[in-house]
Amino acid sequence: MTNEALFPVVGVITDIRRDTPDVKTFRVVTPDGKKAFEHMPGQCAMLSIPGVGEAMFSITSSPTNTEFMEFSIKKCGCLTSWLHACEVGQMVTIRGPYGNGFPVETAFKGKNMLFIAGGIGLAPLRSVINYVRAHRADYGTVDIVYGSRSMDDLVDFKEIQEEWKNEKDFNVYLTIDRPQDGWDGHVGFVPAYVKEVNIPTDRTAILCGPPIMIKFTLQALLELGFEKTQVYTTLEFRMKCGIGKCGRCNVGNQYICKDGPVFRMDQLEELPSEY
Amino acid sequence: MKKISCENLSKLYSEIASLQELYLPVKESGVTNYKKYENGAEVDIKTLKTVKSAKDFFFPQTEDMMEFKVNGKNIEINDARKVANPFVIFGVRACDLKSFDILDKVFLQEPVDTMYKAKREASTIITLACNNPEQTCFCKTFGIDASNPAGDISAIIVNGEMLFEAKTEKGAELLNKLTCLEDAGDTDADAERAEIVKKSENLPFANLNLDEFKGENLMKLFDRPEWAELSKACLGCGTCTFVCPTCQCFDIRDFITNEGVRRFRCWDSCMYSEFTKMAAENPRKTQLQRYRQRFMHKLVYFPQNNDGVYGCVGCGRCVQKCPQNLNIIKVIKKLGGKNND
Ligand SMILES: Cc1cc2nc3c(=O)[nH]c(=O)nc-3n(C[C@H](O)[C@H](O)[C@H](O)COP(=O)(O)OP(=O)(O)OC[C@H]3O[C@@H](n4cnc5c(N)ncnc54)[C@H](O)[C@@H]3O)c2cc1C
Ligand code: SF4
Ligand code: SF4
Ligand code: FES
Repeated sequence: MTNEALFPVVGVITDIRRDTPDVKTFRVVTPDGKKAFEHMPGQCAMLSIPGVGEAMFSITSSPTNTEFMEFSIKKCGCLTSWLHACEVGQMVTIRGPYGNGFPVETAFKGKNMLFIAGGIGLAPLRSVINYVRAHRADYGTVDIVYGSRSMDDLVDFKEIQEEWKNEKDFNVYLTIDRPQDGWDGHVGFVPAYVKEVNIPTDRTAILCGPPIMIKFTLQALLELGFEKTQVYTTLEFRMKCGIGKCGRCNVGNQYICKDGPVFRMDQLEELPSEY
Repeated sequence: MKKISCENLSKLYSEIASLQELYLPVKESGVTNYKKYENGAEVDIKTLKTVKSAKDFFFPQTEDMMEFKVNGKNIEINDARKVANPFVIFGVRACDLKSFDILDKVFLQEPVDTMYKAKREASTIITLACNNPEQTCFCKTFGIDASNPAGDISAIIVNGEMLFEAKTEKGAELLNKLTCLEDAGDTDADAERAEIVKKSENLPFANLNLDEFKGENLMKLFDRPEWAELSKACLGCGTCTFVCPTCQCFDIRDFITNEGVRRFRCWDSCMYSEFTKMAAENPRKTQLQRYRQRFMHKLVYFPQNNDGVYGCVGCGRCVQKCPQNLNIIKVIKKLGGKNND
């Protein structure tokens, strides 16, 4: 088997952990225990169970992890339900990496960072955040604003509490939509919280979450005085090939799979609003 | 140059077929499509447009990719790609030939599509000039010369004889092997070609204005209100995309067999409502949006990414086949610029 773009290799699921009622994180290695391929933060991979389906997922583990890759997967259809029902030891097929990823080595370098995520939107950001932690000297202050429907819907809660909160110059702001027993943190939607925290505008911001959250959070950032050229996001689109050939993810003259999924807000302005 | 009398063409077909697999337009029950040559086949070189375009040779309607053996939790992957044996395509018209250039820009760009490339390299293409371009032909609008397509060997009919000229080394090699051909001597095709050029010039849609279709007009064109009227009757049937020689969208699917799971790719269509459907929403909810995508891609997005080369070759298949009589000519006339009426 050659390692060509549309031809996957076999992977094995070696760990499954439940993050939220509908999100599980899967650890994947090759049958001989290695990483299937190298990637950069924000890049994705196609996972498949033959006969069930094949779909694109962000690689949520950091490239600096040399042992395995992780995927945080929300149960929402055929393949994702199947994966949620499977056990450790299950083989999958995997191909990638796809997409441009975040400019961690160029535009982000030396910057103060602001990460804003809603729900499963933390998946692609986790990879960048842990990359920044691994190369701590290359980046400035890090603010993280993360919100979900409820406390149980916060992905990677343990890692956030035990690791991110203790990192030097890391400020973590968590919020949930409605009050809940056992939660003494902030309650409210992400866009309003971002304004409330009043984050300085010297940050490079990365936004990831449902389209409606992105829309209102971007508005909030602009009101705080951010420029569109300072704000990045990742888009989601139906995908099949991942290499700009099947035509599915074409918007304007861009292919989300290959030219994206990471875009700067001012770049998105030049595209028809079909995403 | 070499030649053969048109009465003896079956000799030529047999001889080529004895050397390599030969595919050419064959009429069956009134429908003309490329078929593998067999003795007694009703070869049809009068019909200009095969129903399925010649893209099928390199980017087939369906194509096996791999087989999976699934055993409990275990998965084994086996290559299911077919080896591409050398083959000859005879009778490719100028428009379809140009469509290969356009497909190359997609499939041969990094990362190279090896399934496409293998078939492209295994082929020898014999083109055929169009003595009588039709009313629905508008290749001239895209700068294509119907009288003189190249390929590996170019052919043209002049006064009941077919003349051949090698255009590549591969073509010369094949041409030299064909004993049924005689030397063309001083017969030449110049007058016939000039005649074809004149005919093409006078076709109703030969000189459509494309000036407005450029990158800087993207947003303006996208927002034009005329899309509503243009797309109103569209059924979303996808016929236009399936017959189109330059449409290249595909799906990748699994098929459960007795032995395991076969993964194949097949043509897909941006005209289908499922094409971009996602769990939370569909970014193209209306047929207007899907219709607009097809033509914006061909006339604006594709040229923007490919040095101004349009993603249409003016073959007119969509003009002939759309059950609702919608087509790219109507789009160009409405949005392409001045003097299009
Ligand atoms: C670049 C990218 C990164 C992604 N990262 C993640 C991630 O990190 N974690 C995660 O849980 N999900 C992610 N997704 C979404 C994931 O691909 C879909 O949830 C998945 O395709 C659903 O597959 P399924 O077989 O379970 O659903 P299906 O049974 O195929 O379909 C269920 C529903 O999902 C729709 N659907 C099909 N494909 C997609 C798609 N690509 N996106 C959204 N809906 C789709 C179907 O139309 C249907 O309505 C990402 C998608 C993209 C494009
Ligand atoms: S334009 Fe015509 S052929 Fe194409 S999808 Fe619409 S109705 Fe079908
Ligand atoms: S859009 Fe229509 S005329 Fe143009 S190449 Fe495709 S089928 Fe032919
Ligand atoms: S997923 Fe095929 S072109 Fe982007």
